Amino acid sequence: MDLRFTPEEIAFRDEVRQFFRTEIPASIRRKVSEGLGLAREDYVTSQRIMNARGWAVPHWPREWGGQDWSPIQRYIFTEEMLLAAVPLPQQFNCYMVGPVIAAFGSPSQKEKHLARIANLDEWWCQGFSEPGAGSDLASLKTRAVRDGEHYIVNGQKAWTTLGQHADWIFCLVRTDPAAKKQAGISFILIDMKTPGITVRPIITLEGRHEVNEIFFDDVRVPVENLVGEENRGWDYAKFLLANERVGIARIGLSKERLARIKRLAKEMPAGDGVLWDDADFRERFALVEIELKALEITQMRVVAAQGRRDPNKPDPASSILKIKGSQLQQATTELLLEVAGPFALAAPLRTGDLSNDWPFEHDWADAAAASYFNNRKVSIYGGSNEIQKNIIAKAVLGL
Amino acid sequence: MDFDLSSEQAQLKDSVERLMGAVYGSLDARQALAKEPLGFSEKGWAQFAELGLTGIPFSEEEGGFGGGPVETMVVMEALGKGLALEPYLASVVLGGGAVRFSGSAEQKARIIPGIVDGSLRLALAFTEKQSRYDLYDVATSARRTETGFVLDGAKSVVINGDSAHRIVVSARTDGGRRDETGISLFLVDAAAPGVRTRGYPTQDGGRAAEIAFSGVVLGEETLLGSLGAGLPILERVADHAIAALAAEAVGIMDALHGLTVDYLKTRQQFGVAIGQFQVLQHRAVDMLMALEQARSMALYAAMMVGHPDAAERTAALSAVKVQINRSCRLVGQEAVQLHGGIGMTMEYLGAHYFKRLTMIESLFGDTSHHLRRIGQAGGLVSAS
Repeated sequence: MDLRFTPEEIAFRDEVRQFFRTEIPASIRRKVSEGLGLAREDYVTSQRIMNARGWAVPHWPREWGGQDWSPIQRYIFTEEMLLAAVPLPQQFNCYMVGPVIAAFGSPSQKEKHLARIANLDEWWCQGFSEPGAGSDLASLKTRAVRDGEHYIVNGQKAWTTLGQHADWIFCLVRTDPAAKKQAGISFILIDMKTPGITVRPIITLEGRHEVNEIFFDDVRVPVENLVGEENRGWDYAKFLLANERVGIARIGLSKERLARIKRLAKEMPAGDGVLWDDADFRERFALVEIELKALEITQMRVVAAQGRRDPNKPDPASSILKIKGSQLQQATTELLLEVAGPFALAAPLRTGDLSNDWPFEHDWADAAAASYFNNRKVSIYGGSNEIQKNIIAKAVLGL
Repeated sequence: MDFDLSSEQAQLKDSVERLMGAVYGSLDARQALAKEPLGFSEKGWAQFAELGLTGIPFSEEEGGFGGGPVETMVVMEALGKGLALEPYLASVVLGGGAVRFSGSAEQKARIIPGIVDGSLRLALAFTEKQSRYDLYDVATSARRTETGFVLDGAKSVVINGDSAHRIVVSARTDGGRRDETGISLFLVDAAAPGVRTRGYPTQDGGRAAEIAFSGVVLGEETLLGSLGAGLPILERVADHAIAALAAEAVGIMDALHGLTVDYLKTRQQFGVAIGQFQVLQHRAVDMLMALEQARSMALYAAMMVGHPDAAERTAALSAVKVQINRSCRLVGQEAVQLHGGIGMTMEYLGAHYFKRLTMIESLFGDTSHHLRRIGQAGGLVSAS
C-alpha cells in the first residue's frame, strides 16, 4: 500500500496544471469560478485549445484522438481541470455521444462525426428524458417509425441541456412499441436542422436559459443515423451512463469553490472583523472540507482499483461518488450563500462583459444565490440520488 | 498510488482474524472473559505476543517487527471486528507509543522488549477531572527533588489502567494548569508506594481506572523525553491513537453493516423480507456511505500519521476523527433501528458493536472538539 503519487504522476500533474492555468483564458475560468454561466464561444474556445494539445478526449480510443493514460493520470487531469476552473470539454460530445459512436457506430458515423465532436465543430445535446420519462427513463414514448430509408420521429424530449446551441441531438426513441420497455428502444442521431424540430427554452429557477424542451413533429431521419442495431439502444445508453464515472463527484470543483468561499469570508465584514473570524462558521466550513477530503480518498480508491476489479461486481466505493459528490457540491453553494448574507438578495442584470452596475462592494454576491438555486439540480440529474440509492441497494447490498 | 495490502499485510490480517476466532469464538465467551479480573484473558494476551502483534510498531533495533501505520491499521480493523478486549491500544499504541517517541536508548531497552513479549503492559494516563479532551490541561504535578521528582495528582478513565504494570503519566513540571509548555511525561511503576488504582468496567465491555498519585517518588530514569516538552509527544501519541481507533471503528462498522444487511434479508414482516422496503434500503445505503467515507479516512490517517509536519499531521487526524465519529454515530444508530427490538438486547452482537462505536466517539476528542480545532487552525491544510 502506497498512498502517494509517483514522481512521474507528480510531473504529469504539474504539466497539466501549468497548461490549464496558462493556456485557457482567464476570463473563461473566472466565469466558471464565479458561476456566471458560459457562452457557446467560451466552451468552443476552451475545448479547441485542449484539442489542439490532444487533450479534449483523452479517454477515447487512441485511433480517435485518445491518450494512453492510466486511470490515475485521467483522474489527475480531470481534477486539475476542475481546480483551475476550466470548463469540462462539452460533456454530451466528449463523455456521451463520442464514446458511444466510437464503440458502436458505423465506420461512416465515426468518420463523419468523431473528429468534429472532439473539436466542438458539432455541438451535441442529449435527447433522453421526456415529460413522462424521468427517473423511469425506459418508459419514454418518442417514436421512430421506419418509412423506407428513413425513420419518422414524433414526440417530445425534455430537460435538454444547452440544446439551444446544438447542431445534433442523440436520442433514445421507441422503435418497437410491442416490446417490453427497455427492449424496444433505439439510439439515433438527429441533425437539429431537420424540418419538424422545435426548440423551446425552459428558464430554470435562477433565471438562466440552460435547458430546453424539444419537439419532434414528423421529423425524417435517415436510417444510416441509427447507432448499432435497432432496439439495442438501451444497452448503448447504459454504456454511456457507465462511461467515465470518474470525475462525477466533482471533487476539484468543490475544492475550488471552498477555496473561493474562504477567500470571500476573509473579506466579508462581520461584527468587529470579518466573517471568517466566526468560529461557528469556520466549524461548519470545516465539516464540508472534511467530508470532501474523505470523498477525495474514496475517489482515489476507485481510481486505483480501476481496470483491476471484476467489472461485473460493483465497487461499493464508486457507487457513493455521485450521491456524496452532489451533496457536497450543494453544501458548498449553501456556504457561499451564507457568505453573501444579505447581499445575496440582490439580483441585478450583468452586462455582456460581466460587469454589473450595482451600488455596493460585494459584486460577486448576485451569483451566490443563482449558484445555490441552480445546484439543486445536481442531486436530480443523471439519475436522482434516490435512484442511485435504489441501484446501490440492489447491486451492492443485494437487497 | 496503491490501496492494496501486500501479501504480508494480507497474511497479517488473516492471522489476526483467526486469532480473534480462537480467543473468543462466540459473544458469550467474550462476555465471560470481560468479567475476568483483568478484563481479558492473560492467555489471550500471550497469544497476541506469540503472533508478534505486540511488536508491530517497534523497530527491529528496538526488538520489534518494524511495521508501520498500515500494519497497525490492519491489526486494529481485525480487533474491531472481533470486539477484542485485550489492551492492545493501551499498551502498544499509547504507552508503547510514548516510549517509542520519547524514550532514551536505555529506557527503550528496559521497556520495549517487555511490551513485545507481552510480559509488561503499559497504560497512558492523561485525562483529568477538568481536562476533557485538552491534552495540555494538566493539574497533576511533578515537583523537582534532588534525586528526581515527587508526583501528586489524579488521572481519570485511564484505559486498561488497572491491568498495566507501568503507567505513562503526564504531569506539570512548570507553568500553569493550561499552559502548553511545562508538561513532562513519566514512566510510573503501578505498584509504587503512593499510587492508588481503582479499576472499573467500561460501557463497551473493557476496563478503565481512576488513578491517584500522592507523594510518589520518581527517579530521574522515569522522565520520558526532555523536561517540560511532553505535550508534542502526547499529541503525537494521540494522533496515532486516532489512526488506530479509526481502523478499529471501520472493522466494527463493516461487520455491523454486514449484520444489518443480512438481517434485512432474513427478517420477515408483512409476508416479505423487510429489506424489500425502500425506506429501509435507503437507510442501509446511508450506512454504507458512512462506512466507506470512514474507511477512506482510516486510510488517510495511515497516510498522514507519520507526517513530519506536526501541524499538518494534527489537522489531518482531527479531520479523520470528525468523520469517524460521525460515521460511528450514524452506522451505530441505524443498525439498532433497522434491527428493531433485537438490536436493543445484551445478547445481540450488534448491540455490542454499537456500544463500542459510541465509546470510540468519545476517545481522544469528540466531534465538537476536533471541529473546533480545525476551525481554529483555519481549515484543513491543502493536501496537494
